[in-house]
Amino acid sequence: MEERIDMILSSHKPKVAELIPLLQHVQRELGYLPEEAMQRIAKYTRLPESRVYGVASFYAQFRFTPMGKNTVMVCRGTACHVRGAERILEETERQLRIEEGETTEDMEYTLETVACIGCCALAPCIMINDKVEAKLTTKKVADIFAGRKSG
Amino acid sequence: MNLDGIMQRAKEEWKALQQSDKTLICVGSATCGRSAGALDVLEAFHTELKNKDVSANVIEVGCMGPCYAEPLVYIVKPGRPGICYRNITTEKVAQLIESYLVNDNPMPEHAMGTIGDDLVEGIPRLFDTPGFKPQKRRVFKNCGFIDPTNINHYLANDGYTGLVKALGMTPDQIIEELKTSGLRGRGGGGFPAGRKWEAGRNALGEEKFVVCNADEGDPGAFMDRSLIEGDPHALLEGMIIAGHTIGADKGYIYVRAEYPLAIKRLQIAIAQAKEKGFLGSNILGKGFDFDIEIFQGAGAFVCGESTALTLSIEGKRGMPKAAPRPQTTEKGIFDKPTLLNNVKTFASVPLIITRGGGWFASVGTEKSKGTAVFALTGKVENCGLIEVPMGITLREIVYDVGGGIPLGKKFKAVQTGGPSGGCLPASLLDTPVDYDSLNAAGAIMGSGGMVVMDEETCMVDVARYFLDFTQKESCGQCVPCSLGTKQMLDILKDITQGRGRPTDVELLVEIAEAVKDGSLCGLGKSAPNPVLTAIRYFQEEYEAHINEKRCLAKVCKALISYYILQDKCKGCGICLKSCPVEAITGEKKEVHYIDQSKCIRCGMCLEKCPTKFSAIECIPGQLNDGGE
Repeated sequence: MEERIDMILSSHKPKVAELIPLLQHVQRELGYLPEEAMQRIAKYTRLPESRVYGVASFYAQFRFTPMGKNTVMVCRGTACHVRGAERILEETERQLRIEEGETTEDMEYTLETVACIGCCALAPCIMINDKVEAKLTTKKVADIFAGRKSG
Repeated sequence: MNLDGIMQRAKEEWKALQQSDKTLICVGSATCGRSAGALDVLEAFHTELKNKDVSANVIEVGCMGPCYAEPLVYIVKPGRPGICYRNITTEKVAQLIESYLVNDNPMPEHAMGTIGDDLVEGIPRLFDTPGFKPQKRRVFKNCGFIDPTNINHYLANDGYTGLVKALGMTPDQIIEELKTSGLRGRGGGGFPAGRKWEAGRNALGEEKFVVCNADEGDPGAFMDRSLIEGDPHALLEGMIIAGHTIGADKGYIYVRAEYPLAIKRLQIAIAQAKEKGFLGSNILGKGFDFDIEIFQGAGAFVCGESTALTLSIEGKRGMPKAAPRPQTTEKGIFDKPTLLNNVKTFASVPLIITRGGGWFASVGTEKSKGTAVFALTGKVENCGLIEVPMGITLREIVYDVGGGIPLGKKFKAVQTGGPSGGCLPASLLDTPVDYDSLNAAGAIMGSGGMVVMDEETCMVDVARYFLDFTQKESCGQCVPCSLGTKQMLDILKDITQGRGRPTDVELLVEIAEAVKDGSLCGLGKSAPNPVLTAIRYFQEEYEAHINEKRCLAKVCKALISYYILQDKCKGCGICLKSCPVEAITGEKKEVHYIDQSKCIRCGMCLEKCPTKFSAIECIPGQLNDGGE
């Protein structure tokens, strides 16, 4: 882990303006921002750890816990909302037995919401990894996860 | 190669593609198309053409706009006008190749329309169809027609001619042209671009920056993404002209990290522009240096605010600076003069320079010139991206371009400006779409989100939804915004959950005014707008929630009930099995019953009940027991 982090760090200049690209790069490689990485980033950029954490926690993109094998993103855009996204989210939570932002115990699924997937004509929709499931109803959500449940 | 040579070669390449003896197949593969399956369609074309031994040029293009018709394919057969096909699936690909390419049946049943003057029997001209006729494609003219990863396609369609012309003009002449055009900031604020550029030009400083705000954060808005994915060079060209005008040599594009395809296409475009000498050092041999860097926004809506955005680029938390705020044109990134505009603003500039400010101003109203771009979504038939002349009415947008409300439902409201905007009712459908008219009505032009709502949309719930968004996105540094929006949200939650009190509406308005007056930045100042317009135009819905505990649109769960119609239920047991909380009881072949105290109102029973029975009904209001 240490080596991987240092490799990433060395491809950036150690300056404050590089902090966000650095955090993005580390997360892209490791899937999340482990504590160790945060400390090394602070050291490298010569910023207090609190400052690095302050920036990382400000932006929605950054996460401090590892992701599940599959990511389920429920779109909460306005178009999806007026077409019933709230029910879709609730049904997905019920099916996966986790809440928004959580990962199943077996690390199979992470459930997230996203401001807008950008396929409003297909609303309401969710994205499972790269695949968009369109024009959903609670029934369809139940069907999607019925075959995929990990237990 | 010199400029003439570059242009010449681009035109030849374009002409060869358009007038080839091979069929040209363009697959719309922007993010919206991909969501609908465009990449599978693209692959199917490659496979099927090979299987059937038909030769054709297949290219990927951006989005033409009609998302409801995705995946969209545009086919130009030699000697025939181009035909745009809608909702193409992998199965339809094989049919199209067989019928149209091998034989000569253009399959009008799958066609949306033809492009160009010539007609094909049974297919209308695309731009004559009701959804397209009121539109005016200017900024989006190339989207869906050119390959965004090929600079030659852009060049062959007047690309970079604006830059060439601008480099021969003085900064003052360019600013004058912008002023003549009447272009106003397309990010939503509507500040006159000419004046902003003039301030940037006049700002003192050795080092200056040009920044494009592509951090499109409104939920339900995707205009900027589509434009970048479909025509990235238009943005670059506008920014380079801006650099020349204000005397900057560095530009940033602040684009959401959630837009991977847009970022990729920008990277390609930047590399190509550099290779051809439109970007980098000594641009077109005129001694002008300008470079553009992409900065990926990490997801914070407040970074749409100029001082927050500049802080974010500096590697800090994006918290707007306190008033008195310096103008970004005076003190922006690293306290250097910075010209910040939206994607569509920059993309309009090359057109203004090439065709003149007068041309740009020939469309629009007295104070709002040119076209407006909207992501039209929600309860409307034709969801998608539209470009319409300023001054068009909301009615024309919803009913002509949008094709009206699906399933014969009744129109209730149209929302513009996202979380900073407002909802306008049917009585205001004839409001012209321009900055000032929308402001006067309580909404805003915004950056381009436009959501249509019908009788099944609850306006209290929509207000709660937007406030939930702004409350989460509030940066937290000023009290009126961070606590005020929280208070408002709590009251709205109470109302939607049946705990509303008669004094709540008055209290909401009072807090809203305080949040508007007291917040530091635009996010807080505009956050109450969706609530205030909902109260102004839909007060009866608030009253029904508060006084009668009924949600007339049947959205708010605490204020609706599901029950089983005794005369229709056949006791099939499907609802009973599907109920996640075992609220339904009943013997086989006997009428079932919903225990209201257990029911969570998920609506699963209603969806599962076979349509031949349709025995479950949802009604506004709370039932105490299951029978009726």
